[in-house]
Amino acid sequence: MTFFLQLVISGFALGMVYALIAIGFVVILKCSQAFNIAQGHFVMIGGYLGYTFLVMFGLPIWASLLAAIAAAIIMGLLIERLTLRPLVGQPVLAVIMITIALAALLEGLATLIWGGEYKTYHGVLPTLTLQLGELSVPSEMLIGLIVSIAVVAILMLFFRYTKSGLAMRATAEDEQVVQSAGIRVTTVYALSWVIACIVGVIGGIILGGVSGVMIPLAEVGLKAFAVVLLGGVNSIGGAIVAGIILGVAENVAAGYLDPLLPGGGLAHVFPFIVMIIVLIFRPHGLFGLVRIERI
Amino acid sequence: MGLPCGTFQENYAQDMAIFRTKTQWGLLFALLIFLFACPLFFSDRILTIMTIIGITIISVHGLNILTGYCGQISLGHAGFMAVGAYTSGILCAKLGFSFWAALPCAALAAGMVGILFGLPSLKIKGFYLIMATIAAYFIIMWTILQLYNVTGGADGLSVPRPEIGGFVFKSKSSYFYLVMIIACLATFAAKNIVRTRVGRAFIAIRDNDLAAEVMGINLWAYKLLAFFIGCVFAGVAGSLLVHYIAFASVDQFPFMNSVWYLGMLIVGGMGSTAGAIFGAVFLKLLDELVTIVGPILSAVVAPQAAASLGLIMRGLVIIIFLIFEPRGLAHRWGRVKAYYRLWPFSY
Repeated sequence: MTFFLQLVISGFALGMVYALIAIGFVVILKCSQAFNIAQGHFVMIGGYLGYTFLVMFGLPIWASLLAAIAAAIIMGLLIERLTLRPLVGQPVLAVIMITIALAALLEGLATLIWGGEYKTYHGVLPTLTLQLGELSVPSEMLIGLIVSIAVVAILMLFFRYTKSGLAMRATAEDEQVVQSAGIRVTTVYALSWVIACIVGVIGGIILGGVSGVMIPLAEVGLKAFAVVLLGGVNSIGGAIVAGIILGVAENVAAGYLDPLLPGGGLAHVFPFIVMIIVLIFRPHGLFGLVRIERI
Repeated sequence: MGLPCGTFQENYAQDMAIFRTKTQWGLLFALLIFLFACPLFFSDRILTIMTIIGITIISVHGLNILTGYCGQISLGHAGFMAVGAYTSGILCAKLGFSFWAALPCAALAAGMVGILFGLPSLKIKGFYLIMATIAAYFIIMWTILQLYNVTGGADGLSVPRPEIGGFVFKSKSSYFYLVMIIACLATFAAKNIVRTRVGRAFIAIRDNDLAAEVMGINLWAYKLLAFFIGCVFAGVAGSLLVHYIAFASVDQFPFMNSVWYLGMLIVGGMGSTAGAIFGAVFLKLLDELVTIVGPILSAVVAPQAAASLGLIMRGLVIIIFLIFEPRGLAHRWGRVKAYYRLWPFSY
């Protein structure tokens, strides 16, 4: 029982991070109808940025976080202006392909800048311990959980109470109406990419603290896709619920089934099995809109 | 129409022919003679590059039929290649089949797996289908690693070189001939599949699947058929690849290969048989450029520059093509041909 609860709790913390990353994806999709395959690569870059500021520059945590967010804002603006803006109005495939190419480019740049090696900043982060009876929550997981909940809360408030947040929600509803109301849609697009980069980078810093940073960290983006599909591609609330479900399910399945399978590595394919099942039986996910097509 | 002045069609067969002028026939024979004379004057290194390009062309033809013509985007192509590769590898290495029997089995197995993972395409499209095919790739790879007793798992599998009547395709040049013949046949097949009733149905599905269904095209059958045909090409390519390297391992089919195959289609031009060839040749030659320039850059800039250069170059090329020439090299080639044909009166 303790083993099970332990798996559930660490799965819950992991799921919150997945949800955080998935939100970045959903924000871009809702605002600009672009599917961002490179979301996982923002996470990987985030991990390396965390390493750079925490270990190489030796900054305190708050300063590192601010510096990483500043870098994420610049990255988001550059990506939107240079690659996505010229493709406004192009077919879906072109937009998807350009984000795939972007993923390759980011991977190459990360290899060039950080050498593609395993980096870790274990020990730099503060240690918190939470003891629940016999269960202990690992320090990095706890920090990750707190930060993700904080970021998600800030985003919720942003979308509800700020002018830019409202503009983004309005753009998601109807671009033409928004334009006639005097809101620049291009600014909203840029903002959505900036937000996606920020949440990706924060997710990367958290995951880098848990398991270290290396290029394959970008594969967490694929898990975020499973989260997004399960929750429904255009639902932020769905992303949170699905993130937690998937995080817990993955951890429990890996904890119990991995010893039984010769090759192991079930945690690695689990999200894809979920993905296929969701796509076959409920393509719009748990909370997504059912799309009705007409000719 | 891209034909020189004075080309007249007198019957339907002439109108439908792929090669309509004597010049085109002449160029075709010149190309074939050039290809088959290659081993006479090229080194083994260049032959290796050309063999790999040939295998890639076969695979990209499959993806072109599936994605370029039928509009079903697949990022699992490397996985389907792996299915073909392992099927033929296991049949040859463990069950003692000859290569010639194993090759069709590999094609069929890859096609069947393609149908299986094509099933979601009936309900979903666009991004969702991409996700389903990514999932397909990872599930296939995981299954291959799990079936340790059959596939050798992470250790890989030794595969014999093909032989015919005691003659083993051991030298680079003999394998080059094998791949070139199959690549030419595959190109011929790919060009003609899309000119048939089936190909026209694929194009209708790509342009608007609901409208196609209203017109009486059975979406269910044709989408699965597109997956089957596309994956058959992938299976053949995968089988040729492992028999060439004489070893099968999951590392030969990395996920990024699926991405690069799509990239080749974009660079070459989607929905064009010539485009598939242009794209495969262009990106593979870019790779060769990287392997030449990489070590120099590594020495000058940083040791990791060589590893990152390939990714950066390919990513940039795809981005540049998408922004500036979304219809690919095939379109540009057509423009160039038209320009010179009409010169100096370009109207």
